Amino acid sequence: MDFLRPASWEEALAAKAEHPTAVPIAGGTDVMVEINFDHRRPEYLLDLNRIGDLYEWEVGEKTVRLGASVPYTRIMENLRTELPGLALASHTVASPQIRNRGGVGGNLGTASPAGDAHPALLASGCEVEVESAERGVRMIPIDEFYVGVKRNAMAADELIRAVHLPKADGPQQFSKVGTRNAMVIAVCAFGLALHPETRTVRTGIGSAAPTPVRAKEAETFLAAALEEGGHWESGKPIPPSVAKQFAQLASGACNPIDDVRGSAKYRRHAVGIMARRTLGWTWESYRGNSYGTQGGAQCA
Amino acid sequence: MAGVTRTPTNLTQGSKTKGGIGESTLRPDGTLKVTGEFAYSSDLWHEDMLWGFTLRSTEAHAELVSIDTSEALAQPGVYAVLTYDDLPADVKHYGLEIQDTPVLAHGKVRHHGEPVAIVAADHPETARRAAAKIKIEYRQLPLVTDEASALAEDAPLIHEGRDDHHIGHVPHPNIVHRQPIIRGNADEARKKADVIVEGEYVFGMQDQAFLGPESGLAVPSEDGGVELYVATQWLHSDLRQIAPVLGLPEEKVRMTLSGVGGAFGGREDISMQIHACLLALHTGKPVKIVYNRFESFFGHVHRHPAKLWYEHGATKDGKLTHMKCRIVLDGGAYASASPAVVGNASSLSAGPYVIDDVEIEAIALYTNNPPCGAMRGFGAVQACFAYEAQMDKLADKLGLDRVAFRQLNAMEQGTIMPTGQPVDSPAPVAELLRRVKAMPLPPERQWESSEGADVRQLPGGLSNTTHGEGVVRGVGYAVGIKNVGFSEGFDDYSTAKVRMEVVAGEPVATVHTAMAEVGQGGVTVHAQIARTELGVTQVTIHPADTQVGSAGSTSASRQTYVTGGAVKNACELVREKVLEIGRRKMGTFHPAWATAELLLEGGKVITDGGEVLADLVDVLEDEVVELEEEWRHRPTVAFDLETGQGDGHVQYSFAAHRAVVEVDTELGLVKVIELACAQDVGKALNPLSVVGQIQGGTTQGLGVAVMEEIIVDPKTAKVRNPSFTDYLIPTILDTPTIPVDVLELADEHAPYGLRGIGEAPTLSSTPAVLAAIRNATGLELNKTPVRPEHLTGT
Repeated sequence: MDFLRPASWEEALAAKAEHPTAVPIAGGTDVMVEINFDHRRPEYLLDLNRIGDLYEWEVGEKTVRLGASVPYTRIMENLRTELPGLALASHTVASPQIRNRGGVGGNLGTASPAGDAHPALLASGCEVEVESAERGVRMIPIDEFYVGVKRNAMAADELIRAVHLPKADGPQQFSKVGTRNAMVIAVCAFGLALHPETRTVRTGIGSAAPTPVRAKEAETFLAAALEEGGHWESGKPIPPSVAKQFAQLASGACNPIDDVRGSAKYRRHAVGIMARRTLGWTWESYRGNSYGTQGGAQCA
Repeated sequence: MAGVTRTPTNLTQGSKTKGGIGESTLRPDGTLKVTGEFAYSSDLWHEDMLWGFTLRSTEAHAELVSIDTSEALAQPGVYAVLTYDDLPADVKHYGLEIQDTPVLAHGKVRHHGEPVAIVAADHPETARRAAAKIKIEYRQLPLVTDEASALAEDAPLIHEGRDDHHIGHVPHPNIVHRQPIIRGNADEARKKADVIVEGEYVFGMQDQAFLGPESGLAVPSEDGGVELYVATQWLHSDLRQIAPVLGLPEEKVRMTLSGVGGAFGGREDISMQIHACLLALHTGKPVKIVYNRFESFFGHVHRHPAKLWYEHGATKDGKLTHMKCRIVLDGGAYASASPAVVGNASSLSAGPYVIDDVEIEAIALYTNNPPCGAMRGFGAVQACFAYEAQMDKLADKLGLDRVAFRQLNAMEQGTIMPTGQPVDSPAPVAELLRRVKAMPLPPERQWESSEGADVRQLPGGLSNTTHGEGVVRGVGYAVGIKNVGFSEGFDDYSTAKVRMEVVAGEPVATVHTAMAEVGQGGVTVHAQIARTELGVTQVTIHPADTQVGSAGSTSASRQTYVTGGAVKNACELVREKVLEIGRRKMGTFHPAWATAELLLEGGKVITDGGEVLADLVDVLEDEVVELEEEWRHRPTVAFDLETGQGDGHVQYSFAAHRAVVEVDTELGLVKVIELACAQDVGKALNPLSVVGQIQGGTTQGLGVAVMEEIIVDPKTAKVRNPSFTDYLIPTILDTPTIPVDVLELADEHAPYGLRGIGEAPTLSSTPAVLAAIRNATGLELNKTPVRPEHLTGT
């Protein structure tokens, strides 16, 4: 195995162009596990740790440009306001040591359905900035990024440089089931973002289908119910029947398997529960902040 | 030690010499371990050493049609590739009690991960890659995975031609050992019962999950022998199994204990010891073998999974009438400790209760599942899970308080066990329950704060699954009984060598035993005993090796009792010799030398009245007193093979737990809020260590209640989760507050009145947590560990 150590982004792109089978490694929290278990034995490892730009983030007017290697710890500490869903998801990643090393680029590169960042990324509606030496930069919408089990939409000569996430315009939540209270791989996970500016909601489901998926029917149903009921304006509580239907549709969006971590039936069930609860939390938060401050209604 | 209460023993023998028994002296290796500087066996290094690697079977039951090692041998850097055919001696099998385990598979493999070939190379990666080039042709054999397939008419025999001493009394050759216990007349007594409760229970396969994987270094010596540095639980038991297969006399295999990273029973069996020695002797070079975590799951035995059927009856005023039970333990492919596990499961199956009429049967099966053997509390752990569930069901059916019902039937000193053995030391079962119940309950809804829910205090923890929704609290109680020491007539001795001399103007004692320090604190306790008995401050604990007699195993809660007893005994003999020297040299100086009871305290010889007669330095001058002596606890006898009668146990150990849990009933997630324990320890030689053992055992019991299980695919008998990614053990967020109430009621038969303590807390912790979850959910929950699927019906 050859270990390539580019000193700059340009060198990294050149190396990837020359060795398309090279596996990029940053925090190593996914790649090293695979190597240690002998699940894969790449010909080349492409070390991105010398490229400082990947550890930077920029908060713009509308979006946050998050470098691919920004550790989860940094996201939790610094981007809680702008990216609340991703910050919550980051908190559930493995252990403090791994959160100090791992970043979103690794989750996207591996594209495992169990990656903790995916539901939050899907719910946010972000874009992934990838680049190749030959064709330059292209932006891949997150909805088009996951194409199969541990497969993404990237070409062999491309590297992930950053993720562009819209700054939260409403409450976001993330919830994950594991059979331990910390340091556990997801049995299943659910992310929810309310987007009051566009009067839409977006969701993300982890570990309950071959790829991370959105519960699109649930989103459409909920957006329509909120619109029809005038909830965005009034901030009034969401009727239990709506929450229930949203939860059922979220369950229905799952296509899970039975495995050593949990049964398919449980995963469907749990995604529904998490959908209902995260909807409750985000809506309470919306009422408390937006509506509450404007209309003087009781804070939840 | 906040939260710890202790009740003085009625046989207190405190020490007037600083650092003696009863004090919480600190571990000599504590700081090193916490700072990561302690040298474990995996850190061993030798100039020029080779690395060994074990090729393991990918199949659970298959004929070995052919093994081709030529390509592996041709790889540069490879020094040796050995298979069964290369074994040097006539003896090719080993085993703790039954020598049924081939050093390398012969003819067929019997379980997933069985060693087939070993490789030595100049780099671990080279060895691994060479092993991957060994070509093995398997022919699948039908699988035996449970009782039905083991005892079916056409069941394949896991071991053909058995000639061990159990084959004569087992009903089928796929049963390792069977122990019935019949006392009184359960059928007659059943007629007196107003209520009868029946239940079937399933206990999952738990792993010891010690943090330091199997590892060691074998160095060939000039006399044709071998030096083996290894992490193990019992040096001399290893030695007895290693030497014959190497074709060496035992004195040519010299073993030294290396840094042990936990054991919990998982190091009682041989792992890499023989393989490393074979490769070292074959190549003439030092050979190191270190398993990684994945291999470790195949490198040691696990806790026996069990199916247990119980029937209890009681009168309407709450007295137990009878008990019938049948316990089926899955021993996997090789015997390991299965016979002893059967002995414990059967003899302790009634729990710490008075039941005169019992009908008990326990068996261990041979199957193609992973071999199971020793783990903390074996046999008793599985039984306790079941009988404590039965106690709750009975109490509920009678409309009695669950704790009061247990207290009503609790055994006490003088109670006769199902084996006919009287319990002849304190058995404060009702008192332990009273104490654990009397502790204040943790406040409700601790997760609530002004800033919202603190998810760390809630089920799901940091995963943010609930802010209080669906959360219900439950409380459960359990109590258990464990035997201490090796039972059933085993010659369970230990050996201690103690030396006393003056070094640099100060009296110094050296204690040399073969006791494996696996974290239990023996090194601390031995020094405390030497200080107490010999009145010295300076005690050197010699490294454990086979240059001194056997200490027996660091298991069965026995080391403080047995090797501690041996050290105490050797110290007493040394003291007598020192006093003889004193009398010889100074007897004429003071009449008390002849007339008084003399003690050694604070570096001096004193009378029992406290008068100082001499400094030890002046008594000893340049004389050295040293002796090595074996020590035995009172003997036990084997259980009768048909009735199970016999005084089979040395001592009993009791602990009770109260579990408080909060369950997210919608998601099926559990947070154990508190797990309070009360335990009688006889005498706490080192109170801090005692509390550590109780908290550790409690946590291990919690693990198997809510998460720990090795999952074996019933269709292939292959292990599905051999990693810490999918075999989950509790993190600190899963570990609750564990208040401990230590009771010290002396056992007059034991050194200092002490009671072995390491295992009892592992027993009652699991059923207490299960009872609390049942209390919260109203579900029956007959299987442990409890999974979210069980709690949500999914």
